[in-house]
Amino acid sequence: MHRLIDDNQDSPDEMTELLKSQDNDTIIDGPERPNITNLPDVAIIQTSTDGENISSNAAATASSHSRVEAIDPQDHETTHRHRRNEQPDEQRPLNIEHEEIFKYGASHVVKLFVPVSLCMLIVIITIKTTSSYTPGGATWAYTPFTEDKSTNTQRILFSLANTFIFMGFVITATVILILLYKFKCYKIIHGWLILTTLMLLFFFLYSYFSSISASLNRPIDMITICFITWNIGAVGMFCIHWKGPLPIQQAYLIFMSALLALVFYKFLPDWTGWLILGVISIWDLIAVLCPKGPLRILVETAHERGEQIFPALIYSSTMVYMVTAVDPPPREPQFAPDNVDTNMAVNVDETLNEEQRNQRAAIRNNNARRQLIPRSDVPQTATRREPARYVVERSNSPVIDDDDDDESVKLGLGDFIFYSILLAKASALGDWNVTIACYVSLLIGLCLTLLLLAIIRKALPALPISITFGLVLYFSTVYIIGPFSAELNLGQVFI
Amino acid sequence: MTIMECAGCTLIAYGVPFSMFVFTIAHHPFRVIISMTSAFFWLLSLLLSSFLWFAVVPLRTQLAFAVPFAVIFQEIFRFLFYRLIKKAEFALQRVQMQELTDKGMVFDRFAVAYASGYGFGLISGTFAIVNVLSDMTGPGTLGIFGHSQDFFIATAFLTLCVILLNTFWGVIFFTSLDKGGIHRFIGPGTVVLTHMLFSCITLVNRTLTPMYTISLIVGYAILLGMIIYTVVLRGFNLNNIRQRIN
Repeated sequence: MHRLIDDNQDSPDEMTELLKSQDNDTIIDGPERPNITNLPDVAIIQTSTDGENISSNAAATASSHSRVEAIDPQDHETTHRHRRNEQPDEQRPLNIEHEEIFKYGASHVVKLFVPVSLCMLIVIITIKTTSSYTPGGATWAYTPFTEDKSTNTQRILFSLANTFIFMGFVITATVILILLYKFKCYKIIHGWLILTTLMLLFFFLYSYFSSISASLNRPIDMITICFITWNIGAVGMFCIHWKGPLPIQQAYLIFMSALLALVFYKFLPDWTGWLILGVISIWDLIAVLCPKGPLRILVETAHERGEQIFPALIYSSTMVYMVTAVDPPPREPQFAPDNVDTNMAVNVDETLNEEQRNQRAAIRNNNARRQLIPRSDVPQTATRREPARYVVERSNSPVIDDDDDDESVKLGLGDFIFYSILLAKASALGDWNVTIACYVSLLIGLCLTLLLLAIIRKALPALPISITFGLVLYFSTVYIIGPFSAELNLGQVFI
Repeated sequence: MTIMECAGCTLIAYGVPFSMFVFTIAHHPFRVIISMTSAFFWLLSLLLSSFLWFAVVPLRTQLAFAVPFAVIFQEIFRFLFYRLIKKAEFALQRVQMQELTDKGMVFDRFAVAYASGYGFGLISGTFAIVNVLSDMTGPGTLGIFGHSQDFFIATAFLTLCVILLNTFWGVIFFTSLDKGGIHRFIGPGTVVLTHMLFSCITLVNRTLTPMYTISLIVGYAILLGMIIYTVVLRGFNLNNIRQRIN
């Protein structure tokens, strides 16, 4: 497999150090995979400018949102810069900064556009073709109040209650994750992560196939379903937690995000869903940007330890995991993979006992923490300088190439999930104008976030801007643009 | 039958733009982003126009009031997008450098103008046709109550016209503003006037048995005119073309 390249051969000192510092023996595929399983779904975007290493937002993943975080790479900047041109930090000319900022701009944005669009496409196709993923029906433990209330005020109140309960779970899981990370309970985190992905890949996949076959009115026998589920699930576990080709890993991450988004969409009541989207964006903002925010703490802790955030819960466009090993400063933080809360698998038919409930909450929080972390890795200049070190990185490209795009952008899986949820709710009306307007606004929000990331170079939350744009455009399209557009379509008037 | 019609109309409306996308935009991430951003700007202009339409309650059925304002808002936002590009040109140059360094090109204004016009057109056409397409797949057909049976196919052709027109309008607009001098007024003026002409002609489609031929012919005639104008503006003349062909 691709990831087997040069894992053992090219071992710079830092890498071996990092390896030794890990408690559990996660198999080192391309990315260093710490055993931190609970990643907040803070998406961390890191821009690596010249000499900057992307600090891991391992902590960030602790929060249940996906956040985009950019780690301030100033430390690495200095090192790299000194290596490069002996210039002190302060005298760095602005144009070089601009060069570095934008040098990796457009293609990375598009590299994130594609998986986000794919995830949304899977969700929308599933919703349109099957009927079992429509909301209504069962409720789950995280939003216990139903919304069938007589007056609007009652409805709002109960929705708010639902939202706060949900956020309570999310925040609790985030805090637990950070505590575990701080106390170096890597085994627990890793085990938690494996458990959640296990549940997600097998249980949710099984229910997905069942609902598809039920909706399409095509019976599939048990043997086929078990065979298919087992195979897909086993390969998924390999690819995500161990080594595997990058496209397959990306495909699995996208698919899992889509599954989670579908489950969320099914179980979240209508108004609660909108409120949750809004509140989680605010939480994302707080957790990533405030000095005492959990995700920020996670990032800084990971930064100090020079560890990587769990790659299992981060979508990355290239195999960047090795970058941390490559970068000389061992403090390059790595993104801890978010915990995927596979707790989404709520079997509403069962009565949940306390234990199951807690377990599910934990899994869910893990999933919630899954986030994609946009991350630009070590800049090309550094790559050219020390090609040998990048051998380790390029798990997917056997040949060291100067022109190789060693920068990869990472986005927390939680971001994927919430974007897809927003789009799923937008498509529920059946009006394609709304869906397309929300889609464009989500992508533009992502674009803006990446641009801000490139400029500010700190961890940034991926949710707020996109969700804000999405919500504004959703409500305005439904109530204002929609009727206008319908009137125009009716008379075939083209403006 | 209805799926056939839907597929046919989709391909009519999106065939040429899709090919344009695949061949000229898909492999250039920079152009993808520009198209996406200009689509967003168009959405904002539509939002403003809708606010206006929504606010003036008694005239909601009189689209003749809302349409000129919609056109004006669109052109204003096209201009705003031009200003944004101009301001960000230095930074954008760096962004684009990555894809152009091997070609040794400079900041490609033409590509930006083209991508921006394409984005505008694509989203404009999409909003015009996508709900019609999704209704098309349902049961039933048109023309039962004396309405025209050509509704779908005329919509598809008009959408194609709109998408292409917007692309060329974008190129003309940006190129004229870049050229300066008298072109700063001729170019955008032409764009606004032809846009207004096209949209107001489509108002004719609102009658009970509309003659789609009027709007179709006018639309495609305008398109031809815009193509010629663009070609002239970009500096091609008959000799150039002859040389290129031979």
